[in-house]
Amino acid sequence: MFDAMAPRTQPDNLRGTNVAPILPMSMREVVLRFGETAVLDGVSLDLGLRGCTVIMGSNGAGKSLLLKLMHGLIAPCSGSIKWGDLAPSDVMVRQALVFQKPVLLRRSVAANVDFVLKARGKGIAARDALLEHVGLLHKSAQPARLLSGGEAQRLALARALATDPEVLFLDEPTASLDPASVLVIERIVADARKRNVRVILVTHDIGQARRMADDVVFLHRGRIAEHSPASQFFPDPHSSVARDYLNGKIVV
Amino acid sequence: MLGEILQSIGEALGLAVALVFSGDPDLLEIVFLSLQVSLTATVFACVIGLPIGALVAIGRFRGRNAVLILMNALMGLPPVVVGLVVYLHLSRSGPLGFLGLLYTPTAMIIAQTILISPIVAALSRQVLEDLHAEYADQFRSLCLTRLQTIQALLWDARYSLLTVGLAGFGRAVAEVGAVIIVGGNIDHLTRVMTTAIALETSKGDLGLALALGIILLVIALGVNAAVQTVRMTAARQAYV
Repeated sequence: MFDAMAPRTQPDNLRGTNVAPILPMSMREVVLRFGETAVLDGVSLDLGLRGCTVIMGSNGAGKSLLLKLMHGLIAPCSGSIKWGDLAPSDVMVRQALVFQKPVLLRRSVAANVDFVLKARGKGIAARDALLEHVGLLHKSAQPARLLSGGEAQRLALARALATDPEVLFLDEPTASLDPASVLVIERIVADARKRNVRVILVTHDIGQARRMADDVVFLHRGRIAEHSPASQFFPDPHSSVARDYLNGKIVV
Repeated sequence: MLGEILQSIGEALGLAVALVFSGDPDLLEIVFLSLQVSLTATVFACVIGLPIGALVAIGRFRGRNAVLILMNALMGLPPVVVGLVVYLHLSRSGPLGFLGLLYTPTAMIIAQTILISPIVAALSRQVLEDLHAEYADQFRSLCLTRLQTIQALLWDARYSLLTVGLAGFGRAVAEVGAVIIVGGNIDHLTRVMTTAIALETSKGDLGLALALGIILLVIALGVNAAVQTVRMTAARQAYV
């Protein structure tokens, strides 16, 4: 049964086995090219055991690609990514990614959650608790693809939480949502953090980054311009591009 | 001359309508056998064609383009050729002659299944590939197995695949070449609407031929309308 407040434990399918830790994450000199263009160029990054890392940067800086690389959805042209001692493809099952545009199945709200629970070999007992946690229990029987943008993203979050992830990637989950929806989603993510879920969030929303971040990675033209603790990044960013970005200047 | 032709067609039409509404047992027998053969063939073709379409839709393998070309080419299989090949296999001297299936409805179902399976496979491949393009990253992130992916795609594309099944059924119920060769158009045994129309037309009995033609059209329209209604209902719920 899903309990939003209970610290997350080892997933059911891994319980009792000697599971290698997947944190911290270490990325070394990662290069990703599309044709001749290097969209990520020599990216090195270390992520710690806990908290919320926010990835910021202008459009086209490579934020979403960095997320997909970390999750193992795409492979780098060169360089290495390690979760503990494991490759991204080996730990994907212990992570979840919420896309900017939620990909909802052509089924009811409840069936969308059931699908993930069953795919992971779990019963559907946790479904109602998950939907209640994201405030969609009253819409269980409704077609998922008729939900509003905020509701759809909350359902995508419920589905991600149904996998009981150790790492939760969020790719601009609140883009183009109204403030009320943003706060609901931030509350759900904050609850996940309290359960020791490692959160990696891509956002353009500086206010959201201030509210959520423990550390900030600032990407610029496929390179990491800065990786600092939030307490240092927002008042006094090291890099000029991050400073310009925070001051509302156009960074290209 | 033209007036006589029109008059005879008019008389035939009148006869046809009278036959349709009379509930003539011979006519009903032909209609039911047609539906039984073509619907069964459609079910078998879906059982064969949908998994093949799904596997090709999500698979990336050497020679995939050649498979696509072959699947598309097989959609245009000439019914008489299919009929001939099935006939050669089921005839007394053929490899499957011992089954004694020639000139039975089973032989007609086999021929129609072979004829429309490529249609179901090729059209479903297109539908499922489009859907997979939308779902692929999400499914990979969820670490679904190939079987889970195929099951999910088939279920989520169910309303679009109804149209694919309909295309197969339409081809099966309207073809005459294959069923006349392997069925033989035997009265009360293997006579279906299309073979009966061919026979009655050659005999000059335009009334029965037209009656069967009208029923064939009504069935085609009815099945299309039913599928369209289901799809529109699904579309309202964003399930298409």
